[in-house]
Amino acid sequence: MTAQPQLILEDVSMVFHGDGHAFTALAPIELEVPAGRFVSLIGPSGCGKSTIFNIAAGLQLPTTGKVIIGGEDATGIIGHVGYMLQKDLLLPWRTVLDNVALGMEIRGIPKSEARERALPLLHRYGLGGFEHRYPSALSGGMRQRAALLRTLLIDVDVILLDEPFGALDAQTKAHMQEWLLQLFHDFGRTVIFVTHDVEEAIFLSDDIYVMASRPGRIIEKMPIDLPRPRDRSVVSAPRFVAMKKYCLDLLYTVAIQSPEAAAA
Amino acid sequence: MDAKALSLPSRTLDNTRPSEVSRGATKQRKIARKLPVQKVWSTPTLIAIQVAILVGFLVLWEICADLKIIDPFFWSQPSAIWETLVIFLTQGDAFTDIAFTFRSTIFGFIIGTTGGALLGMSFWWSRNYAQTMQPYIVCLESIPKLALAPLIVLVFGMGLASKVAIATALTIIVATLTAYGGVQAVDKDQERLLYSLGASRWQVFTKLVVPSCIPWIISILRVNIGLALTGSIVGEFVSSQHGLGRTILYAGSTYEISLVWVAILILSALSMVMYVSVAWLEKVLRKGVVH
Repeated sequence: MTAQPQLILEDVSMVFHGDGHAFTALAPIELEVPAGRFVSLIGPSGCGKSTIFNIAAGLQLPTTGKVIIGGEDATGIIGHVGYMLQKDLLLPWRTVLDNVALGMEIRGIPKSEARERALPLLHRYGLGGFEHRYPSALSGGMRQRAALLRTLLIDVDVILLDEPFGALDAQTKAHMQEWLLQLFHDFGRTVIFVTHDVEEAIFLSDDIYVMASRPGRIIEKMPIDLPRPRDRSVVSAPRFVAMKKYCLDLLYTVAIQSPEAAAA
Repeated sequence: MDAKALSLPSRTLDNTRPSEVSRGATKQRKIARKLPVQKVWSTPTLIAIQVAILVGFLVLWEICADLKIIDPFFWSQPSAIWETLVIFLTQGDAFTDIAFTFRSTIFGFIIGTTGGALLGMSFWWSRNYAQTMQPYIVCLESIPKLALAPLIVLVFGMGLASKVAIATALTIIVATLTAYGGVQAVDKDQERLLYSLGASRWQVFTKLVVPSCIPWIISILRVNIGLALTGSIVGEFVSSQHGLGRTILYAGSTYEISLVWVAILILSALSMVMYVSVAWLEKVLRKGVVH
């Protein structure tokens, strides 16, 4: 990739002060994500994945360092990235169509036009026929689709996804991953994907940042050179299996080491 | 293991296996009984029984009054109440009174509920503002509002305004507290999501806070209609020229006990009609808002 980095985290760290103790949630990290790249953050709980996520989204001020999005300093500034959580956060009193159109509506597009623009996408991306239903009538997978479309329909280049499929069953999750790859291909956004599922990370990503906890830090950047478009059969390819083993080994060895040994 | 086995001294438990414990000195009974099932009456049977109880009660009242077992001067009796009811509805100014009470109740209900809802939701805008106001709200909540009735009548006069004011005073605090409860229950993640989509505070308020408070506000409608009616009646007790409350007070002071009962009867009917209407309104609103 020759593209200029879309998202840069420069020397970003996060230290919490609670009852006299300083807790390093995130040791200083450097992260550069080129435009149009799919990057995953993977690691055990407490490794600072969600902290990175919140800092990049502008929801949390880092203790040190800067967030640069599209060449601009976006430290602590909201509205530069779209994000989505494991919870779909659809508004229960709005129809699926109105939920998907919410982002555009907030950004000043008249309601009718926002609906007009959202409708064909609902049909193209598997929510056709559900546009006038309410979220409560949808399955978990469908709700996540709606939530992701809402995020993609706002005019931002960086999308942050925090374990969006974490609450779904295995089969739905597999479907959703393929669906996400389709969208990634169609929309060409830069994606930061937080997960703790190694297979999911390899299947989706261009790069994986493997993280460790205590303190939260990045221990390795793994480029995933599997050709795109990928389909499900790739998970049994020897290359995929080898990478998965390597990644699991990384996570496992760090997990059983004491913090001092890991830091050394 | 069940309760009997567990209640043995712990020393026994320490060196005995659970299976041995349950085979201890007192043998447990083997239990095999059917799940108790109630036989449900059919609706006509149920209604027939309910009507029978009412009729039986009225007949008993009538007979007891006739036989002077209870004093008809203080308790009146169904036949006399019925006669008074017919006279009150055909000859008296019944409808002026009913309309007066109805109007003050409805106005108080609307003003109190809307005002309280707006006040409660306004606390979303600033935590400092909400924290500052909290002790005052708690104070207002704990004041027995009805004790203020004489004062309110002095300020607002003998007419409709004072009754509306008392009904409002009773309903507004409940509405405020409930709406504030709704505000506090707004999903913080949802709030952050809206901000991440680029929303302003006003947009978060109108698109998230108000809609999520609406079910809370709907839930107080039924409580508030009853409170508003109570407020109006008390206002009329204190001082009034019209209304069912005034009728009760007037009839009571002139020992027209049948008329007291008639006014209470009409008041209950009015209350029921309003309650049913509000319950219906609630159902309609819920359908439109909550899915």
